[in-house]
Amino acid sequence: MRKVGVIGAGMTLFRRRLQETGKEMCFEATKMALDSAGLTRADVDTVVCGTAPDAFDGVAMKGEYLLDGCGGYRKPYTRVFTGGGTGVFSTIAGWWHVASGLADVALVVNEEKMSSCQPHPQSVFAHIWDPILDRPLKPNLVWIFAMEMNRYMTVYGVKKEDIARVAVKNKRNAVGHPCAQLADPNITVDDVLNSEVMAWPVQRLDISPPSDGASAVVLASEDFIRKRRIKDRAWISGVGWCIDSTMWTDRDLVFPEYVARAAKMAYKMAKIDEPRRQIDFAEPYDPFDYKELHHLEGLLLADKGEAPVLTREGVTERDGKMPVCPSGGLLGVGNPIAATMGMKIGELFWQLTGQAGKRQIPREVHTGVSQAWGDLMQYGSVVVMRA
Amino acid sequence: MRVGIIGVGMTAFRPATPEYSWKELMFEAASRAYADAGVDPRTDVDSFITCAEDYYEGFGIFDEFVPDQLGAALRPTCTVSGDGLQGLANAFMQIETGLVDVAVVEAHSKASDIVTLEGVIEHALDPVWNKPLGAHPFVIAGLEADAYLRATKTPRRALAAVVRKNRQNALTNPLAAYAAKIEMDEVLGSDERFAPLRSLDIANSADGCVVLVLASETAATKLHANPVWIRGVGWASDSPSLETRDWAGGEYARLAAAMAYRLAKIRRPSVEIDLAEVDDRFSFKELLHLEALGLAKKGEAGKRALRGDYGADGSLPVNVSGGSLGCGNVFEATGLHRAAEVALQLRGDAGMHQVDGVQVGVAQSWRFVPSATGAVAVLGVGR
Repeated sequence: MRKVGVIGAGMTLFRRRLQETGKEMCFEATKMALDSAGLTRADVDTVVCGTAPDAFDGVAMKGEYLLDGCGGYRKPYTRVFTGGGTGVFSTIAGWWHVASGLADVALVVNEEKMSSCQPHPQSVFAHIWDPILDRPLKPNLVWIFAMEMNRYMTVYGVKKEDIARVAVKNKRNAVGHPCAQLADPNITVDDVLNSEVMAWPVQRLDISPPSDGASAVVLASEDFIRKRRIKDRAWISGVGWCIDSTMWTDRDLVFPEYVARAAKMAYKMAKIDEPRRQIDFAEPYDPFDYKELHHLEGLLLADKGEAPVLTREGVTERDGKMPVCPSGGLLGVGNPIAATMGMKIGELFWQLTGQAGKRQIPREVHTGVSQAWGDLMQYGSVVVMRA
Repeated sequence: MRVGIIGVGMTAFRPATPEYSWKELMFEAASRAYADAGVDPRTDVDSFITCAEDYYEGFGIFDEFVPDQLGAALRPTCTVSGDGLQGLANAFMQIETGLVDVAVVEAHSKASDIVTLEGVIEHALDPVWNKPLGAHPFVIAGLEADAYLRATKTPRRALAAVVRKNRQNALTNPLAAYAAKIEMDEVLGSDERFAPLRSLDIANSADGCVVLVLASETAATKLHANPVWIRGVGWASDSPSLETRDWAGGEYARLAAAMAYRLAKIRRPSVEIDLAEVDDRFSFKELLHLEALGLAKKGEAGKRALRGDYGADGSLPVNVSGGSLGCGNVFEATGLHRAAEVALQLRGDAGMHQVDGVQVGVAQSWRFVPSATGAVAVLGVGR
């Protein structure tokens, strides 16, 4: 197995970007990532594109459409798609392109353009359900996640304030992020608790906003990194991915077993047996504030039901013992589904190479873990990176 | 490390399968593949890959619906939004890393569920530059056929020879949907569609599923399998924009083949390859792809097709299975079907359409209109 490192990253501003096509956003992120690695398109052997539902952009075979913006012209180019899990999964796919020896340099580009979906991108989610069992109930994602959140709160007796602390922390963390959509230095727990109720217990500020954006990372083999004398690199030391059954109604929603299995796979590869001691910081997927807590438990960084306590005690603050979502996460920076790679893989790279600027964790960090979550509350993708 | 195909499972390809859901098609092909490989998906398989596109499937996130019928729940599973051969290439890489020993690749078509196929394909056109023109997307295939025929001075009759051969080959393939004893005059006299293409030049849609089980050499030995080795894989894309791509030469296929041949150490494909299964969803594509793969000189594929070189008993059997013209267009499963047929031929398990003494075969795919993306796999037995 060849050693693979991340050597560059780029991401666009996350906003409703009516002026740019998806291709153009991909180009912007790709150019930034290549520039930061000091490479050009000629150095790239293969391109992996990650992007979630085609229906957001309203283009079928969206990977083909984005191809030239991603730098895939006349190159081996593949699109992978695991719903929201794509945010971390595409890097795993890029990893096997390099680790297998088929490529020395792989470019991974993730894109989402949700604003073209009218009247609201939520309408795409009407088509993700089983057409016989679920669709007639006209479910939407907010109320499905409300059920999951409610179950989590009920089983462990979690207070809504403790969950709201996650939204406050992440939106404050995002203040230093140049791409952030919803950074807020003054937000309080009361603001979250007083925001509009969407589907109890989910309120408006518990949710990350839909967005348009793209992000890109450059992966390279150890030989290439050594030959080019590339200084800013972070090694991918563990990868794991796992899908649970489609039948979400058959699952206990209180614990994300699929995340735990993906994490164990990644930790085994990274030779991590005590994750809480061996991992310095985490970027779990936080489209909803309770999901960060849920995922910390899935990642085995907190005992079951303990994540809200760690949050209340400040352990997960940027200057805490285990900083979580120092980027600002999806809650603070925005949630253009697959493009959240910028806060997951991108942030790990920037933190581990000391390039996170105002967001830099104030102590030295050596090992980070990032995770994304997708499909129908059933997908976990996990990457462990080391300085 | 060598990677081999140790299990092949296919359903029959049929114009419609009203009594089956796509999940049941997947279950059937997967069960056959696991039985063929002698593996239990719950304990022996490390990774599952499915190849699907949301719009063909009619779902927002099709990846959700993959695991249960493949035995993949709570296992590493993912979707490659591409042709089945691209999925095969990703499984090949996963095994090459050493992280995975046994991987499963699945691709299927439930085209009979699609009410508005033209609209779905139209949605794949560039929304700013091309979709507003309002033409049927197959016009692109017609234009490409025209460019190919002109650039290579290929006679129109050669396309009819391809259709006759593949539809007739399908008569010996019990899985084929569109086997027929068709003559060239019938092709040339069929309805004009997207000039120069006529209705019989275009493969009809079919439902079906293909599942392959791949294993590392070590795992294959442990499972007492008799693998068909994947000697090389390659995939590539030309420009997605219609205005800037190569129209007559199949650049995507040429680049993909160059990569696969490099890995397989094949220097003279026309001599070293015994059998080919190439994408023929429009008749001219078979000829264009043979030239791009270096299996025919530029401009000669048509003449050789008219001479019968590509028949089951010709110098290079091409699409002995019947290809997509004979078996049906199974969309993202097309490339995996080509690979499955090559694997069966190399194993000597192709039944009535078995070609004797084949050692090295090539499978090639294209991602259909309007893409300029394709993949190639070189398979071999022995050594």
